[in-house]
This record gives sequence, C-alpha cells and structure tokens, in this order.
Amino acid sequence: MAACEEVGRFFYILYTTLHWMFRRPFDLKEWGRQMVRVGVDSLPVVGLTALFTGMVMALQTFRGFERFHAEGFVASVVSLSLVRELAPVLSALMMSGRIGSALAAELGTMRVTEQIDALYAMATEPIHYLVVPRVGACVIMLPPLVMCANGIGILGGWLVAVKLLGANPVVYWQRTFQFLDLNDIMSGLIKAAVFGLILSVTGCAKGYFTSGGAEGVGRATTAAVVMGSIVILLSDFFLTKILF
Amino acid sequence: MANNPPPPRDPASTIPTLPKIAVIDLWKAFRGKEVLRGVDLAIAPGESFVILGGSGAGKSVLLKHLIGLIQPDRGHVIVDGEDLPCAEPAVCLQIRRKFGMSFQEGALFDSMNVFENIAFPLRRHTRKSEAEISARVQECLEAVHLHDVGRKATSELSGGMRRRVGFARAIALQPEILLFDEPNTGLDPLTSAVIDDVIIEMRERLPVTMVTITHDMRSAFRIADRIAMLRDGKILAVAPPEEFRQLPDPYIQGFLAGEPLEEEVA
Repeated sequence: MAACEEVGRFFYILYTTLHWMFRRPFDLKEWGRQMVRVGVDSLPVVGLTALFTGMVMALQTFRGFERFHAEGFVASVVSLSLVRELAPVLSALMMSGRIGSALAAELGTMRVTEQIDALYAMATEPIHYLVVPRVGACVIMLPPLVMCANGIGILGGWLVAVKLLGANPVVYWQRTFQFLDLNDIMSGLIKAAVFGLILSVTGCAKGYFTSGGAEGVGRATTAAVVMGSIVILLSDFFLTKILF
Repeated sequence: MANNPPPPRDPASTIPTLPKIAVIDLWKAFRGKEVLRGVDLAIAPGESFVILGGSGAGKSVLLKHLIGLIQPDRGHVIVDGEDLPCAEPAVCLQIRRKFGMSFQEGALFDSMNVFENIAFPLRRHTRKSEAEISARVQECLEAVHLHDVGRKATSELSGGMRRRVGFARAIALQPEILLFDEPNTGLDPLTSAVIDDVIIEMRERLPVTMVTITHDMRSAFRIADRIAMLRDGKILAVAPPEEFRQLPDPYIQGFLAGEPLEEEVA
C-alpha cells in the first residue's frame, strides 16, 4: 500500500511538472539559480568521482590485461566503460546524494513551515514555482556534467596508465577513441538526462509530501537518496537494454 | 375608489446581502478521525469574523478550507458565489487572488529577505515596475508599523515582526478577504496587543472581509464584529461580542472563564 502511494506521488509530481513546464510566467532567475546550483556547483564532486573511477579502472584493467599482453586495450576499456556506463551512473548516484537530498530537505522544510501553503494562498502553484525549475535544471545540467565526467575520467585513466604504469601515450590516445562512436556518447547522455529527471522528481516528491516536522524532513531526505539511487540503478538496466 | 399603487420599493432593501463566504455542511476527516463535522457559516462582506475554539477543535483546518488549501470530504465553500472545492484549477487560482492569508508563524520564504517576501506576490501577479513595487512594499510595511527592515533576513526578525511582515505580504495585492491564522499565538501580551492594533487599523483602513481564528479571548473581543465558537468540528454558536459573553452554553462560559468542563478534564 505504501509502495503504491510512493509510486502515485512520483507520477503525480512528474505529471504536474510536465503540465506546468511550458506555462507562463517563466521564472528565468530561478531557473538560472538552480542550473548553477545543479551544474556548476556539482562539478567538483562529479569531477573527483570520475577522476578516481578512471584511475582505478586503468589500474585494475592494466594488471589484468598484462597477464595476456593486452595492455594496449586498457584505454579502450576505460573509455568505453566510462562513457557508456560508469560516468552517467556514478554521476547520477553522486547527484542523488547531493541534489536529491537537498531538494527533499528544502521542499520538506517549506512544507512543514507552511511556506508551500503560503504560495498556494498567493495564487501561485507551488509545483510551477518550486518544482519545475529544479527538475528542469537537473534534466538540462546532468548531460553536460556527464560529458565533463567522461573527459575527466579518461584523463584519470591516462594519468595512471601512461604516467604511473608506463604505457605508450600515443597508443593510449589512439585506443581511447578507436572503438568509441557517437552512439556510445549519446546513449550515455540520454541516460544522464533520464537520471536527472528521476533523482529530481524523487527528491521533490519526497519533500513536497513531507509531514511530521523536523523528523519528517529527516526521513524525507534519507528516503529521497535511497529511493533515488535504487530507481536510478533499476532504470539503468532497462535503459541499457533499450539503448544498446 | 381608486386603488393607490404601492410605493416603489428600494430593491436593495429587499435583497438580503449575499455572504462574501458561505460554508455549507463542511465535513473533513484525516485518517478516519473526523475533524469537521458539518460546519455551516455565513460571513458578510466587510465583516471581521472571529472563529474561537480550543486546540484541536479544527480551526486551522476550517480556515484552510476557506482558501482551498484543503479539499473537503463533503460540503461547500462558496466565495462570491463560486464553489471553491468544485471550481476548475484556473478558476480556483482566480478565486485565491481575492485572498490574503497570514500564517501562524508568518510562513515567510526564508530564501528571501523581508522586501523580497512582500514583493513576491507583486512580481508574480502584476506588471508593476521595480519602482512601483518598491513603493508598494514600503506602503505595506508602514501599514504594519515596520520601518527599515526591508533588507533584513527573515531569520533576524522577532516573532511579532514575522507576523507583521506576514500581514504586509498578505495585503500587498489589496485582497478582498484577509485570513489570519492564530495571529497572537506564542506572543507576549504587549506584542499581542500591538498585533491586535495592527489588525484593527487594517480593518478600518482597508475595505476587506476578515476571518481570524484564535483561542485568545482578549484579542477576539477586540477585533471581532461577530464571534463563532467551534467545538468538536461543529459551530456551537455565532454572535456579536457582547451577546457572545451572555450565551448560556456551559462550554462557552467555561471557555470565557478559563475553566474547562468536567468532561474536558476527564
């Protein structure tokens, strides 16, 4: 029963967000603020995650591949796995922790302090004013963030393979792009946009329907991260099945 | 004998004044617990109407029904002839623009300063220039006797100031109906009296209908044209302040004297 309620709330927020997305007034200032918060401010976290993921990938695959003298393919494995899978999923999981939780806490606090009721009372639809810019910013900013993560992750792999383990730099760059095509990059970016939608709608739904004071806000924040991450991982499988 | 025609009647005298807000047989339950059990009310235009009641009587729930923040299980809330629960969302938004609401703790947006809070409805619903908005915000702040607080963060305000900024925001769009949710709760007697004075002054200066919910007797008798007593989700009585004091109902007399009935204590 509770699960049905959760699913219902998710789709209610999704539906009403889409319903209000293209209606006036467009609060461009708020959109801009949210895009900076989601995109620019998240770059260090996403960049660090990608850098070390690329480095670990290179380290692990190098040690494995050298057993059958295939070190030259380390670059291909690092770039393909990052672009197709690791960068979108790990970035989305990090963003779920950073942004999903913040959205739930922010909207949850606004709910319990009657700020959302105040918006209604001022003839302003809270979904339009609060949720639309936040969801929009996540959907728009996740793909560029993942593009940055792709680049930083590949750089991390290069650092370990070339500078630490002594791989040939020319061959490494050549192999990085040899098996990578536009379709791989595009599918990663589509995944990123869908994950942005999932984590933001989950966070907003959890916050929007918060009840029970400070304790309720705490519960909503935790649930936003847990549920957001689980739904991202589940949808990753189905997206991979459809896109590849 | 010629029949003299009856003298022409003033049409206005024959038509009873339509209530600004009419509540008809309103029912609401939360998780099986009935909070409102058939509330009926009629609030006249320009009236200052106070709803009294103890904690948990359903006052806040009733007030939120008046502006459509809560949908009733059954019954009607009619504002200027429009049934709010049945109205289309777009009509609902239009009806809500007639309201200004002041919340218990102010419900100020904590991401904005005082000026931005009051300017919010003006920026959202009018095409006023920044200079006009600034002038209107100043006007609203003066109406609640606040000066030089525009740049302050809402977290820097005292409880009484928060309420008054909430009032200023509520009147920014010059609403026809003002709702006050427990404006005196948690305030010291002096600040509480200042809040009452601001409400009385607003009532004299603005052509508005006011609905206030409170459990503060002193405040209720100062600001009300009529007082209603809500008990267990039903309206027990409605009367002008002086008549209200004389009502023989033991619960009301107990409430006025601050002495609960035996059944309440049990």
